[in-house]
Amino acid sequence: MPERRDVLLRARGVSRRFGGLTAVSDVSLDLAEGEIHAVIGTNGAGKSTLINVLAGEIAITSGSVELLGADVTTWSQPKRARAGLGRSYQRTTIFPRFTVFENCRMTAQARWPVPWNWWTAAGNCPMSNAAAAEALEKTGLAGLESRIAGALSHGEKRQLEIAMCLATHPKVLLLDEPLAGMGPEETERMLGLLAGLKAGRAVLLVEHDMDAVFRVSDRITVMVNGSVIASGAPPAVRADPEVQTAYLGEVHVD
Amino acid sequence: MSARARLAAPLVVTAAFAAFPLLVTGFYLEFTTKVMILAIFALSLELLVGATGLVSLGHAAYFGIAAYATLLLSPQYTAANFFWLLPATMVCAAIYALAVGALSLRTKGVYFIMVTLAFAQMAYYVFHDTPLGGGTDGIYLNVKPAVAIAGWTIVDLGNPRTYYYVVFGCLVLVFAFLAILLESRFGRALAGIKSNEQRMRAAGFPTFWYKLAAFTLAGALAGLSGFLVAVKDGFVNPEMLSWHESGAVLLMLILGGMGRLSGAVLGAFAFALLQLFFQWEVVFGNFAQHWQLLLGGTIIASVAFMPQGLIGLPAQLRAWRSRRAARARDA
Repeated sequence: MPERRDVLLRARGVSRRFGGLTAVSDVSLDLAEGEIHAVIGTNGAGKSTLINVLAGEIAITSGSVELLGADVTTWSQPKRARAGLGRSYQRTTIFPRFTVFENCRMTAQARWPVPWNWWTAAGNCPMSNAAAAEALEKTGLAGLESRIAGALSHGEKRQLEIAMCLATHPKVLLLDEPLAGMGPEETERMLGLLAGLKAGRAVLLVEHDMDAVFRVSDRITVMVNGSVIASGAPPAVRADPEVQTAYLGEVHVD
Repeated sequence: MSARARLAAPLVVTAAFAAFPLLVTGFYLEFTTKVMILAIFALSLELLVGATGLVSLGHAAYFGIAAYATLLLSPQYTAANFFWLLPATMVCAAIYALAVGALSLRTKGVYFIMVTLAFAQMAYYVFHDTPLGGGTDGIYLNVKPAVAIAGWTIVDLGNPRTYYYVVFGCLVLVFAFLAILLESRFGRALAGIKSNEQRMRAAGFPTFWYKLAAFTLAGALAGLSGFLVAVKDGFVNPEMLSWHESGAVLLMLILGGMGRLSGAVLGAFAFALLQLFFQWEVVFGNFAQHWQLLLGGTIIASVAFMPQGLIGLPAQLRAWRSRRAARARDA
């Protein structure tokens, strides 16, 4: 077993109950620097709830979350975000009336100290301008800075969603179905983008497109009914008989 | 609009307002003063509704509380000093806004509307039903505050023309302050919250505190307009805090167009002028006493035909013309 790299996010025994329903049950996982860690499972397996709990968007019922060595279990979502946790949403959360560049600059500004300075125009903040430009460069949106975000194509909007995360300089990225609704060409572009995201970061990827998941992931965790049934390198997960019956379908013997 | 026109329009409007008292006196001077105060009030609500996306239906509370504070804090037989009275009344309004905001900003949408309304009604009944505010009759200001430094009076607020310029100065300052504020990082964060609060939280903005700051600031600015109206009229009554007043200022924003500061100012003038027009017996005869019916109908029509308000009308007409031209080309 090769030495694991630095673990940036560590979840232990994470559970979330909604009344009588246990959406996430005793999930433990490590997100390591330089790795894309995919979480797969059927609809309702608890993947999105897991992301919401890790991001601090919904409260944890039991368990603990550690981010860059700090116990963040009780931290609010904005506080976790400022500590280096970025997330994207299944439904795009861009600011449709603003330009592409402003979209990124607005999120980038969260990284700088509380702006009680009300007399300096936001555009004069060189740090957030640089962060926004860099994020757009990395996501392949350079050149579209002055376009109105609401007028972008679906694929570009998804790219912008990720650029807005990157602009806040996250160390851990939680991506909720970044490929949802994309055509083959857009999917290819996004996969190239995803592969480039893991350098210096830990990435959690929730995705339904199995071909894509097996192509880009370094580690895969499979969830069924809120629990983890398998976790490991892609070939091992693909070969796991329990996974095959539960999720990938019956084994076909040719 | 060319860059020169964009710069020229505000200058022309400002110059016209500055020259106005040189041309008229009496009713129209006083009317314009009153409407400029309403414009400040509308601007303060625009910070919430247009800039942050928070629809408050209790904004008259801060307006009224500051107006009452102006009278209650003034000594009975001597003039209060303007330079402490004005900040003190704005602080009173801001404190109530801070308390209401802290409790109501945990709710969203229609619940937020109802909670802000409930808190405003609470304040209304405090002044309506307790001896503090003189009940339904209200209270009178005996001596207007003195704008004086070390005993030397700078201007006399009792002079209508002087007061016009004081109010005009306040309007210009509030407008400029908000214009700068909305372009700052704080203002951009409010715009982000209006557009998508979920994303702003995910990016790391503690959005509650931003909204609370905006809410408190809006309360303080509404307080400024309350102070100005109390000094102008020398009289306050509980109706200043009533939900009609909260509704009227919201209608000004709707009429003028939300999302732009000039829309709030335009809305205040349009609202007041329409009200004046529909009360005109020469035109409407006995029906003038039903002016509210006509005003309401006009506002409904304006919402239906000018969804972006008066300020959005030129853009709406341009879009309509280009669509018609495109149709003509295709045919």
